[in-house]
Amino acid sequence: MNNAAAQTRSLVIEREIPHPPEKIWRALTQSALVDEWLMKNDFQPVVGHRFNFRSTPVPGWNGVIDCEVLVVEPNSRLSYSWGTMGMESVVAWTLTPTKDGTHVRMEQSGFRSEEDAAYKGARWGWTKFIGNLERVAGGLE
Amino acid sequence: MQAVADSLFRALSDPTRRAIFERLARDGEQTVHALTDHSGVSQPAISKHLGVLKHAKLVRDRREGRETHYSVQPQALAPLIDWMSVYGAFWRDRFDQLENLLKRMDK
Repeated sequence: MNNAAAQTRSLVIEREIPHPPEKIWRALTQSALVDEWLMKNDFQPVVGHRFNFRSTPVPGWNGVIDCEVLVVEPNSRLSYSWGTMGMESVVAWTLTPTKDGTHVRMEQSGFRSEEDAAYKGARWGWTKFIGNLERVAGGLE
Repeated sequence: MQAVADSLFRALSDPTRRAIFERLARDGEQTVHALTDHSGVSQPAISKHLGVLKHAKLVRDRREGRETHYSVQPQALAPLIDWMSVYGAFWRDRFDQLENLLKRMDK
Protein backbone atom coordinates (compact mmCIF):
# COMPACT_ATOMS: atom_id res chain seq x y z
CA MET A 1 0.00 0.00 0.00
CA ASN A 2 1.56 3.34 -0.98
CA ASN A 3 1.14 6.65 0.86
CA ALA A 4 -1.74 7.86 -1.26
CA ALA A 5 -3.64 4.63 -0.66
CA ALA A 6 -2.93 4.79 3.06
CA GLN A 7 -4.74 8.13 3.25
CA THR A 8 -7.92 6.86 1.65
CA ARG A 9 -10.69 4.81 3.16
CA SER A 10 -13.48 2.76 1.72
CA LEU A 11 -17.09 2.15 2.57
CA VAL A 12 -18.50 -1.35 2.12
CA ILE A 13 -22.16 -2.29 2.21
CA GLU A 14 -23.17 -5.92 1.73
CA ARG A 15 -26.59 -7.43 1.63
CA GLU A 16 -28.20 -10.77 0.79
CA ILE A 17 -30.98 -10.10 -1.68
CA PRO A 18 -33.50 -12.82 -2.55
CA HIS A 19 -33.36 -12.27 -6.32
CA PRO A 20 -31.09 -13.83 -8.97
CA PRO A 21 -27.96 -11.96 -10.14
CA GLU A 22 -29.39 -11.52 -13.67
CA LYS A 23 -32.32 -9.53 -12.33
CA ILE A 24 -30.20 -7.40 -10.00
CA TRP A 25 -27.82 -6.77 -12.92
CA ARG A 26 -30.71 -5.26 -14.87
CA ALA A 27 -31.58 -2.98 -11.96
CA LEU A 28 -27.93 -1.87 -11.78
CA THR A 29 -27.39 -1.30 -15.48
CA GLN A 30 -30.63 -0.28 -17.23
CA SER A 31 -30.72 3.49 -17.05
CA ALA A 32 -34.48 3.77 -16.51
CA LEU A 33 -34.33 1.24 -13.67
CA VAL A 34 -31.32 2.95 -12.07
CA ASP A 35 -33.41 6.16 -12.11
CA GLU A 36 -35.91 4.45 -9.87
CA TRP A 37 -33.67 3.49 -7.00
CA LEU A 38 -30.52 5.59 -7.28
CA MET A 39 -30.60 8.84 -9.29
CA LYS A 40 -31.39 10.25 -12.70
CA ASN A 41 -28.61 9.23 -15.05
CA ASP A 42 -27.41 8.63 -18.61
CA PHE A 43 -25.58 5.43 -17.74
CA GLN A 44 -24.73 2.82 -20.38
CA PRO A 45 -23.00 -0.47 -19.53
CA VAL A 46 -20.02 0.26 -21.78
CA VAL A 47 -16.48 0.55 -20.42
CA GLY A 48 -15.20 4.10 -20.97
CA HIS A 49 -18.69 5.62 -21.19
CA ARG A 50 -18.85 8.94 -19.32
CA PHE A 51 -22.11 9.81 -17.63
CA ASN A 52 -23.71 11.78 -14.82
CA PHE A 53 -25.92 11.09 -11.90
CA ARG A 54 -28.13 14.07 -11.16
CA SER A 55 -29.68 14.84 -7.80
CA THR A 56 -31.60 17.87 -6.56
CA PRO A 57 -29.19 20.82 -6.30
CA VAL A 58 -28.67 22.27 -2.82
CA PRO A 59 -26.76 25.43 -1.78
CA GLY A 60 -23.09 24.76 -2.34
CA TRP A 61 -23.65 21.68 -4.52
CA ASN A 62 -25.00 21.53 -8.06
CA GLY A 63 -26.30 17.98 -7.61
CA VAL A 64 -24.13 16.52 -10.38
CA ILE A 65 -21.89 13.47 -10.01
CA ASP A 66 -19.38 12.85 -12.84
CA CYS A 67 -18.77 9.21 -13.63
CA GLU A 68 -16.97 6.92 -16.03
CA VAL A 69 -17.69 3.23 -16.46
CA LEU A 70 -14.62 1.21 -15.45
CA VAL A 71 -15.71 -2.44 -15.34
CA VAL A 72 -18.62 -4.32 -16.92
CA GLU A 73 -18.79 -8.07 -16.36
CA PRO A 74 -22.44 -9.02 -16.90
CA ASN A 75 -24.25 -10.44 -13.86
CA SER A 76 -21.09 -10.25 -11.81
CA ARG A 77 -19.07 -7.02 -11.58
CA LEU A 78 -19.78 -3.38 -12.32
CA SER A 79 -17.65 -0.38 -11.44
CA TYR A 80 -17.68 3.34 -12.16
CA SER A 81 -15.79 6.39 -10.97
CA TRP A 82 -17.77 8.82 -8.84
CA GLY A 83 -16.58 12.42 -8.74
CA THR A 84 -18.28 15.35 -7.07
CA MET A 85 -17.16 18.51 -5.26
CA GLY A 86 -13.57 17.75 -6.24
CA MET A 87 -13.69 14.42 -4.42
CA GLU A 88 -12.93 11.38 -6.55
CA SER A 89 -14.00 7.91 -5.55
CA VAL A 90 -14.81 4.58 -7.21
CA VAL A 91 -18.01 2.60 -6.76
CA ALA A 92 -17.68 -1.15 -7.35
CA TRP A 93 -20.55 -3.64 -7.34
CA THR A 94 -19.99 -7.39 -6.98
CA LEU A 95 -22.79 -9.92 -7.37
CA THR A 96 -22.26 -13.46 -6.10
CA PRO A 97 -24.99 -16.08 -6.53
CA THR A 98 -26.13 -17.79 -3.34
CA LYS A 99 -28.58 -20.61 -2.64
CA ASP A 100 -31.52 -18.24 -2.20
CA GLY A 101 -30.51 -15.28 -4.32
CA THR A 102 -27.51 -13.00 -4.49
CA HIS A 103 -24.87 -11.58 -2.21
CA VAL A 104 -24.59 -7.90 -3.23
CA ARG A 105 -21.47 -6.01 -2.26
CA MET A 106 -20.98 -2.28 -2.88
CA GLU A 107 -17.63 -0.74 -2.14
CA GLN A 108 -16.99 2.97 -2.50
CA SER A 109 -13.29 3.67 -2.15
CA GLY A 110 -10.95 6.60 -2.49
CA PHE A 111 -12.18 8.81 0.32
CA ARG A 112 -9.37 11.09 1.24
CA SER A 113 -8.02 11.91 4.67
CA GLU A 114 -10.54 12.50 7.39
CA GLU A 115 -10.27 16.27 7.73
CA ASP A 116 -10.51 16.99 4.06
CA ALA A 117 -13.37 14.54 3.66
CA ALA A 118 -15.27 15.94 6.63
CA TYR A 119 -14.97 19.44 5.24
CA LYS A 120 -16.14 18.44 1.77
CA GLY A 121 -18.84 16.30 3.31
CA ALA A 122 -20.05 19.32 5.23
CA ARG A 123 -20.16 21.44 2.10
CA TRP A 124 -21.88 18.77 0.09
CA GLY A 125 -24.28 17.50 2.63
CA TRP A 126 -25.07 20.11 5.22
CA THR A 127 -28.37 21.23 3.86
CA LYS A 128 -29.50 17.96 2.39
CA PHE A 129 -28.87 16.13 5.62
CA ILE A 130 -29.59 18.85 8.12
CA GLY A 131 -32.72 17.06 9.26
CA ASN A 132 -30.57 14.02 10.04
CA LEU A 133 -27.85 15.79 11.96
CA GLU A 134 -28.56 13.95 15.16
CA ARG A 135 -28.49 10.59 13.43
CA VAL A 136 -25.30 11.42 11.60
CA ALA A 137 -23.65 12.72 14.74
CA GLY A 138 -24.76 9.57 16.53
CA GLY A 139 -22.46 7.65 14.19
CA LEU A 140 -19.42 9.68 15.24
CA GLU A 141 -17.02 8.68 17.96
CA MET B 1 -15.59 17.79 21.01
CA GLN B 2 -18.86 17.10 22.78
CA ALA B 3 -19.18 20.76 23.86
CA VAL B 4 -18.62 21.86 20.28
CA ALA B 5 -21.28 19.46 19.03
CA ASP B 6 -23.70 20.60 21.74
CA SER B 7 -23.39 24.24 20.80
CA LEU B 8 -23.83 23.35 17.12
CA PHE B 9 -26.97 21.34 17.82
CA ARG B 10 -28.38 24.12 19.96
CA ALA B 11 -27.63 26.69 17.27
CA LEU B 12 -29.22 24.61 14.52
CA SER B 13 -32.21 23.40 16.53
CA ASP B 14 -34.13 26.60 15.79
CA PRO B 15 -35.80 26.95 12.37
CA THR B 16 -35.26 30.73 12.21
CA ARG B 17 -31.56 30.26 12.86
CA ARG B 18 -31.36 27.49 10.24
CA ALA B 19 -33.07 29.85 7.77
CA ILE B 20 -30.55 32.61 8.55
CA PHE B 21 -27.66 30.19 8.17
CA GLU B 22 -29.00 28.79 4.89
CA ARG B 23 -29.54 32.28 3.54
CA LEU B 24 -25.97 33.33 4.36
CA ALA B 25 -24.65 30.09 2.86
CA ARG B 26 -26.64 30.64 -0.32
CA ASP B 27 -26.33 34.40 -0.84
CA GLY B 28 -23.04 35.24 0.85
CA GLU B 29 -22.24 37.98 3.33
CA GLN B 30 -25.18 40.08 4.56
CA THR B 31 -25.80 42.92 6.99
CA VAL B 32 -28.14 42.54 9.94
CA HIS B 33 -30.47 44.98 8.19
CA ALA B 34 -30.62 42.93 5.00
CA LEU B 35 -31.27 39.75 6.99
CA THR B 36 -34.01 41.48 8.99
CA ASP B 37 -35.74 42.87 5.91
CA HIS B 38 -36.48 39.44 4.50
CA SER B 39 -37.19 37.57 7.70
CA GLY B 40 -40.42 38.94 9.13
CA VAL B 41 -38.62 38.90 12.51
CA SER B 42 -37.52 41.97 14.50
CA GLN B 43 -33.94 43.19 14.31
CA PRO B 44 -33.18 42.50 18.00
CA ALA B 45 -34.43 38.93 17.48
CA ILE B 46 -32.24 38.50 14.39
CA SER B 47 -29.26 39.90 16.29
CA LYS B 48 -29.88 37.46 19.11
CA HIS B 49 -30.04 34.52 16.67
CA LEU B 50 -26.83 35.71 15.01
CA GLY B 51 -25.20 35.80 18.45
CA VAL B 52 -26.06 32.14 18.99
CA LEU B 53 -24.77 31.20 15.52
CA LYS B 54 -21.59 33.16 16.19
CA HIS B 55 -21.06 31.44 19.53
CA ALA B 56 -21.26 28.11 17.68
CA LYS B 57 -18.74 29.50 15.17
CA LEU B 58 -21.24 28.97 12.37
CA VAL B 59 -21.01 32.61 11.33
CA ARG B 60 -18.46 35.36 11.75
CA ASP B 61 -19.03 39.09 11.84
CA ARG B 62 -17.17 42.04 10.41
CA ARG B 63 -17.74 45.69 11.37
CA GLU B 64 -17.83 48.22 8.56
CA GLY B 65 -18.86 51.74 9.52
CA ARG B 66 -22.15 51.45 11.36
CA GLU B 67 -23.07 48.09 9.87
CA THR B 68 -22.11 44.61 10.95
CA HIS B 69 -21.74 42.08 8.12
CA TYR B 70 -22.23 38.36 8.72
CA SER B 71 -20.93 35.41 6.69
CA VAL B 72 -21.00 31.63 7.16
CA GLN B 73 -18.18 29.43 8.38
CA PRO B 74 -19.24 26.14 6.78
CA GLN B 75 -16.25 24.27 8.20
CA ALA B 76 -17.89 24.68 11.62
CA LEU B 77 -20.23 21.87 10.56
CA ALA B 78 -17.38 19.44 9.98
CA PRO B 79 -17.44 17.95 13.50
CA LEU B 80 -21.06 16.93 12.92
CA ILE B 81 -20.83 15.47 9.48
CA ASP B 82 -18.57 12.59 8.71
CA TRP B 83 -18.31 11.91 5.00
CA MET B 84 -18.33 8.16 5.53
CA SER B 85 -21.43 8.15 7.69
CA VAL B 86 -23.24 10.46 5.27
CA TYR B 87 -22.47 8.10 2.38
CA GLY B 88 -23.20 5.09 4.56
CA ALA B 89 -26.70 6.39 5.28
CA PHE B 90 -27.09 7.30 1.61
CA TRP B 91 -26.21 3.84 0.28
CA ARG B 92 -28.24 1.94 2.89
CA ASP B 93 -31.24 4.00 1.88
CA ARG B 94 -30.54 3.27 -1.82
CA PHE B 95 -30.17 -0.45 -1.12
CA ASP B 96 -33.65 -0.34 0.41
CA GLN B 97 -34.97 1.34 -2.72
CA LEU B 98 -33.17 -1.20 -4.91
CA GLU B 99 -34.87 -4.04 -3.04
CA ASN B 100 -38.24 -2.34 -3.40
CA LEU B 101 -37.66 -2.00 -7.13
CA LEU B 102 -36.65 -5.67 -7.45
CA LYS B 103 -39.90 -6.70 -5.80
CA ARG B 104 -41.82 -4.70 -8.39
CA MET B 105 -39.86 -5.97 -11.39
CA ASP B 106 -40.94 -8.97 -13.42
CA LYS B 107 -39.18 -12.18 -12.54
